[in-house]
Amino acid sequence: MSDTAGTGTVKTGLPRKNINEVVSAGIRRRYAAERRFRAYGLAAIGFAIFALTTLLVTIVGTGYSAFTQTMLELEITLYPQDIDPEGNRDPKVLSTANYQALVRQSLRDLFPEVTTRQERRRLNGLVSDGATFQVRRAVLDDPSIIGQRISILVPMSDDIDQFMKGHISAEVPESDRRVSDQEIAWLERLQDRNLVHRTFNWTFFTSGDSREPELAGIWGALVGSLLTMSVTLALAFPLAVATAIYLEEFAPKNRWTDLIEVNINNLAAVPSIVFGLLGLAVFLNFFGLPRSAPLVGGMVLALMTLPTIIIAARASIKAVPPWIREAALGLGASRMQVVFQHTLPLAMPGILTGTIIGMAQALGETAPLLMIGMIAFIVDIPQGVTDPATVLPVQVFLWSDAPERAFVERTSAAIMVLLSFLIVMNAFAIYLRKRFERRW
Amino acid sequence: MSSSQHIVRSYDEELTRISNRIVEMGGRVEAQLADAIEAVSKRNSELAQRAIDMDAHVDEMETEIDDLTVKLLARRQPMADDLREMVAALRIVGMLERVGDYAVHVAERAVSLSNMPVVPPVLVISRMGKMVRDLFGDAVGAYAHRDAELALSVWRRDRDLDQLYASLFRELLTYMMEDSQNVTTCVHLLFVAKYIERMGDFSTNIAEHVHYIVRGHKPEGQRPKAGSARIATE
Amino acid sequence: MQLANSENAAKDGVGMPEKTGNLTTESKAGRTPMVVARDVDVFYGDKQALFGIDMDILPNEVTALIGPSGCGKSTFLRCLNRMNDVIEGCRVEGRISVDGQDIFDRALDVVHLRARVGMVFQKPNPFPKSVFDNVAYGPKIHGLSSSKDELEEIVMTSLEKAGLIEEVKDRLHQPGTGLSGGQQQRLCIARAIAIQPEVILMDEPCSALDPIATAKIEELIDELRENYTIVIVTHNMQQAARVSQRTAFFHLGKLLEFGDTDQIFTNPSVERTRDYITGRFG
Repeated sequence: MSDTAGTGTVKTGLPRKNINEVVSAGIRRRYAAERRFRAYGLAAIGFAIFALTTLLVTIVGTGYSAFTQTMLELEITLYPQDIDPEGNRDPKVLSTANYQALVRQSLRDLFPEVTTRQERRRLNGLVSDGATFQVRRAVLDDPSIIGQRISILVPMSDDIDQFMKGHISAEVPESDRRVSDQEIAWLERLQDRNLVHRTFNWTFFTSGDSREPELAGIWGALVGSLLTMSVTLALAFPLAVATAIYLEEFAPKNRWTDLIEVNINNLAAVPSIVFGLLGLAVFLNFFGLPRSAPLVGGMVLALMTLPTIIIAARASIKAVPPWIREAALGLGASRMQVVFQHTLPLAMPGILTGTIIGMAQALGETAPLLMIGMIAFIVDIPQGVTDPATVLPVQVFLWSDAPERAFVERTSAAIMVLLSFLIVMNAFAIYLRKRFERRW
Repeated sequence: MSSSQHIVRSYDEELTRISNRIVEMGGRVEAQLADAIEAVSKRNSELAQRAIDMDAHVDEMETEIDDLTVKLLARRQPMADDLREMVAALRIVGMLERVGDYAVHVAERAVSLSNMPVVPPVLVISRMGKMVRDLFGDAVGAYAHRDAELALSVWRRDRDLDQLYASLFRELLTYMMEDSQNVTTCVHLLFVAKYIERMGDFSTNIAEHVHYIVRGHKPEGQRPKAGSARIATE
Repeated sequence: MQLANSENAAKDGVGMPEKTGNLTTESKAGRTPMVVARDVDVFYGDKQALFGIDMDILPNEVTALIGPSGCGKSTFLRCLNRMNDVIEGCRVEGRISVDGQDIFDRALDVVHLRARVGMVFQKPNPFPKSVFDNVAYGPKIHGLSSSKDELEEIVMTSLEKAGLIEEVKDRLHQPGTGLSGGQQQRLCIARAIAIQPEVILMDEPCSALDPIATAKIEELIDELRENYTIVIVTHNMQQAARVSQRTAFFHLGKLLEFGDTDQIFTNPSVERTRDYITGRFG
């Protein structure tokens, strides 16, 4: 019971009035600081949005034209004596027939005045080599058309395609341009006859890689990516979740587990190319696994993704409130039951989110795959995890290096496909988080 | 009060305030009692009037302390020692008020007696009065100092008062039988003696409550009683 | 978990029966205690949290453990169903028996113990599952029901005993986390009694609840006393006074006073207890 009780003396040295003045002087400064800070934040976000928009606009601007392809409508007479001299429709015979000659003949029919060999070669160059395959496929699909005169859309060569899309300008002197004046003249005549069409570029989505840009597609790389990701997921997810559960729920907390934790965190920061070197040394050279295979790629990427998933899984297991465990333990559940009936289901959305982000990271990874030979030029669509394959980002890398003008737009288009996959994966991660997020 | 303080200082202040007010009220009643008894022995109706006038204030104090106690009970939910303090406070205040009332009754008789002839047993009344003043004073003192030993001694000494009352009772009966003229005076004195005896009982009760506050229970065993007095008064 | 006594017993061989005899001491009231603790010490690493606790907890009574924060009352409570096992570096010495059975006996699995000694925690902690599944969880993991109907009956009886049936009968299959705080806590009590424990431990069961929900829980505790032995830790002394028959006062890891609640709250015999319950702690 001190005497001062209730008298309410201010114990600072300043009288009240002064305090008010000092405080109000400071308030303006504090608000100014806050406004400045907000402005910095806005500026940062603005810059980020600007950079992102620039990137997207550039990519989409360059890449969108790759989704169309200039096609030439050719009238081809399928003479039975050329294709199937014996008339028994044997597919072997059908596939070895000289379709190229048919295509060329058809072109010559369009321009009868072209006679010199040089000019003929140029004329033949208007359409892609793919035209031959197209005619052959049409015949193999339906041998009954032999003997008829069919009208077929064949891709034009990449230079003509680029010219039609306006990427090659007619203003440039002829010597500097990849399309000659004569070719332009032919093209105009074809256009007059309404034989040149622009169609959706299915080839881009259904073919493997090719030296000819108009025949190159991303399907091979996409399948390669999917196979690689499957291997990565199958390896990394169970391993990472098991590790996280063990470390969080069972391992004693001592120097050893601390060391392991530090190392896992460090692994997450190791440059990815180092994992590629490891894959090269261990999987290829030591175990003798096939080069360029999604199996090895997946294993390397799994190694790279493991720490990410482990860290995410540990964090979300840690985030499961301890009283859930206590409640279950208090009812007599064993630790196994606690983990698998309570902790893990509750942590799963977080783990899945982490996994998807890890997988997205792996999907975009190139460097380690270069080391194990997934950079090879592969035309065939891989059929299994041991077939040689390449992946989307590597395909982008390869195309960006190619000299042909037409690969520029295809590079951007491939980037767009890759980005859309990443966006879909991240969106799925967000969905999972929102869907299963629990409030305690 | 207790050696250590409550964490909530105002709680301590409230407890102390109640306790102090009770001691103060005890003092008032003691003065009232002293005046009333002296009014009888000195045949002083002024003193008697003073004792009567004091009663209104004592009643006010009772209400005030009751109020404080109930508020404290409601707000602090006292436990253990503090709970006993508050329960005892409620009771003790009631008993103090009753003692005050008896003092008023004694004073009223004193006014009547001042106009009547003196009879010798008045001297015994003075002795009883002194005795009850001591008992009551000690009971209040025991409360003020939370003195269980003093409370026990009050509790034991009440028997002497009872015995004195029993003998006075017989003496007054004798006087009344000797001379019917004494009857009125003697009846007044008999009442005064009875009131004093009751005040002694209340002092004992207060002492019991002091003992309860300090030790957690009332004094053990049967209270020493002058059995003859009981029978005599019935 | 180390058991100093089992080590000693192993050393002198004949030590055991004597001590076992100790564990079944009859209480003053002539009833056999449900829980007997003898000389219980608890260490967290190097720090000793409990010092030589001896306590007999009688059946069908509510025993309240009170004391300032960090006094060891919760630690002691958690010894009774060995929840301290989970805590790293926690070591318990001494002997505790529940219904005559040594709880540190190697032959007794901790899962069994927890089936017999249920627990209700400070924060209502229903699983993020349906009301039904919450109550059914215990019987399920212990295999207490052989059919769906039987399980349903256990769940309904438990909910009824917990006084919750009227409030949740229409939403048995909605999440238990959607109930109010008080209902959640009663759900947790229903969950605990669904496995028919002998003892129910409650660790400040009302500290997160409003007074009305608290009153309902207290009423429930009083009803449960008929069939269970209840040990409750509480910071609310009025609550201890209201619900318990016997009260134990812990201070700095020691059991300072243990006696009838009536006596503890009107006339505690230890100065420290008095200071604590009257609010005089320095």
